[in-house]
Amino acid sequence: MYRYDEFDAAIVRDRVAQFKGQVARRLAGELTEDQFKPLRLMNGLYLQLHAYMLRVAIPYGVLSSRQLRKLAHIARTYDKGYGHITTRQNIQFNWPSLVDAPKILDELAEVEMHAIQTSGNCIRNVTTDQYAGAAADEIEDPRVWCEVIRQWSTFHPEFSFLPRKFKIAVTAASTDRAAVRVHDIGLRLRERDGETGFEVMVGGGLGRTPFIGEVVRDFLPKDHLLSYLEAILRVYNLEGRRDNKYKARIKILVNALGLDAFRDKVEAEWAALKRDVVDLPAEEVARIDAYFAPPSFEPLGDEDAGVAGLAAAAPAFKAWLEANVVPHKASGYRIVNISLKHPDIPPGDITDAQMEVVADLAERFSFDEARATHEQNLVLPHVRLKDLPSVWRALEAAGLATPNMEKASDIIACPGLDYCSLANTRSIPLAQRISADLAAHGDEDEVGELKIKISGCINACGHHHVGHIGILGVDKKGEEFYQILLGGSASDDASLGAIQGRALSADETLAAVRRLINLYKERREGPEERFLDAYRRIGDAPFKEAIYAVH
Amino acid sequence: MPFIRVGGPGGACDRAELAFREVALEELDSSSASPAPDGAGCAVSVRNDLDVHSLDGRLDGVDAVILHFPAFTDGRAYSQARVLRAQLGFRGDIIARGDVGRDQALFMARAGFSLLEVDGAAAHGVSEAMNEFSSFYQAASDGADPVWRLRATEGRGRAAA
Repeated sequence: MYRYDEFDAAIVRDRVAQFKGQVARRLAGELTEDQFKPLRLMNGLYLQLHAYMLRVAIPYGVLSSRQLRKLAHIARTYDKGYGHITTRQNIQFNWPSLVDAPKILDELAEVEMHAIQTSGNCIRNVTTDQYAGAAADEIEDPRVWCEVIRQWSTFHPEFSFLPRKFKIAVTAASTDRAAVRVHDIGLRLRERDGETGFEVMVGGGLGRTPFIGEVVRDFLPKDHLLSYLEAILRVYNLEGRRDNKYKARIKILVNALGLDAFRDKVEAEWAALKRDVVDLPAEEVARIDAYFAPPSFEPLGDEDAGVAGLAAAAPAFKAWLEANVVPHKASGYRIVNISLKHPDIPPGDITDAQMEVVADLAERFSFDEARATHEQNLVLPHVRLKDLPSVWRALEAAGLATPNMEKASDIIACPGLDYCSLANTRSIPLAQRISADLAAHGDEDEVGELKIKISGCINACGHHHVGHIGILGVDKKGEEFYQILLGGSASDDASLGAIQGRALSADETLAAVRRLINLYKERREGPEERFLDAYRRIGDAPFKEAIYAVH
Repeated sequence: MPFIRVGGPGGACDRAELAFREVALEELDSSSASPAPDGAGCAVSVRNDLDVHSLDGRLDGVDAVILHFPAFTDGRAYSQARVLRAQLGFRGDIIARGDVGRDQALFMARAGFSLLEVDGAAAHGVSEAMNEFSSFYQAASDGADPVWRLRATEGRGRAAA
């Protein structure tokens, strides 16, 4: 993984010192809360319903064991003993005090971490495929370009006061695990005539007005990535709306201008700007690339008697193996998903003790590397097949082996009204009730891949628009109600879910989700037909009837 | 009007009392050639929704361009300044007017602004703010070498062991 050199370290140190000064000016009364707010937001410090919340960047989701141990220490020392993995592959701490914030940033800097640009109207943490460097279906490691973008976007002198926040995702695999089509800019590495470049998508996003991104350039030579990004960002910075924050994202500009007119402006700007001072020289890309060289995988066979034996003897291991472990590009290795969706725990939450367990496992069994995923789970990217029993036992003992990846209880949910001052409704309790219902019926494995995503308000932090079943919390005269959407996807077959009708109470929503699952089980053509596929084949009507219990 | 001249990161930060004869954009092509009787420089004020590419070839005889920050969160003028410097090659002063404070000063200097129009209270801390960072990832309009160039030319930048 990438390591800071003297320059990277100095920039983070300078930022901590600057922020210390800003906090001191606030505490001394030189700054009002109104003046301080934009400054703290640029460093990931939000004032939430009950307390401050600090969002720490995990660049493109990559963590070392040392970093994980530091996060565990921060959770223990400055918070209530846990953190929360976000859909931008970051981690949030929900209870730090303002006076502690600079100390936390000092501690993070010791392990090459920070909270830079985790909020504010700037370029946010760039995200990628959580299987980067381990998946067999990628053409090269996308993290190299994520790091290139991270450096370029950090304290960019032109793009730190954009109309609105700006999110970039990169994928290099044939299966999109990074949801690139619901980002302000989505980048897909592809090959053409023996050359590697980017397909550039723009204007995707969720929130109040969801859009699927459109292709603004189908092949960009990769050497020109930064100058092309600069052209897009400049057009957006100059022409994006600033009169209404709900119409300020780039998707609204692209839609208002039309894709062709937007593309013309970007191409004109790209032709006019001086690319050679923006694009990195090949040596610098090579320098960054070297940090992502594959670890030294042992030559191993791809079968293991110990694993097969335990799978035969222990159904819980077998279930975990089938649900949470996926193939690796190297023979004799596997990618291990760590579920943070235990039915008793808010989705994405992880305790300090669990972080320590994952840090130990990463150090012993995964070349010292772990990943945070945009679906609010963790990954051990490079585990030897023969080590799976040891890894499973440790995860099982720590409550981290719930065998539910991509299944119905692997729910994305925003923090909701339990934490967030914007929310209309709670999200976490509904997610937990759905999980409990699945457990009670014992049919989660039978149902297979089913993505349920819950947002507590229209800002869509729980990505409800792209859930196979999406659930949106709405306020009705002070009471919590939920709308159900069906048919969304954030993957290669990206689509936005359709609202099915009037909102329901939490009890009714829970019953409706159960009826949807039962309907699917009756109507599917076979186990390989996913809920989403069945919905797309059959159409709205019977599903709508199931939601509203027409029969 | 009091200004602070920002000489780029780590550079000079001097207070400057300067007088400019302000002309509207529409007057630019007719009046800019005539020198002011008092010797004051000519400054043109540019709305922040103007495409400054349209000023190409029209800034001869203009000493300064005034760009606007109606609120510090409205960052359009950063892009205007970058285009003026990097694409139009404008060498005169670029003035930041409006909601201009210490916490934006370094971004402004890097984007190509040379004068910040600030009064006494807001000026406080600007020179300190200009020194808050020692390294920069991007090449911008202030002449500072980006770290990727320093890494290459000075052979520095090896990861800590």
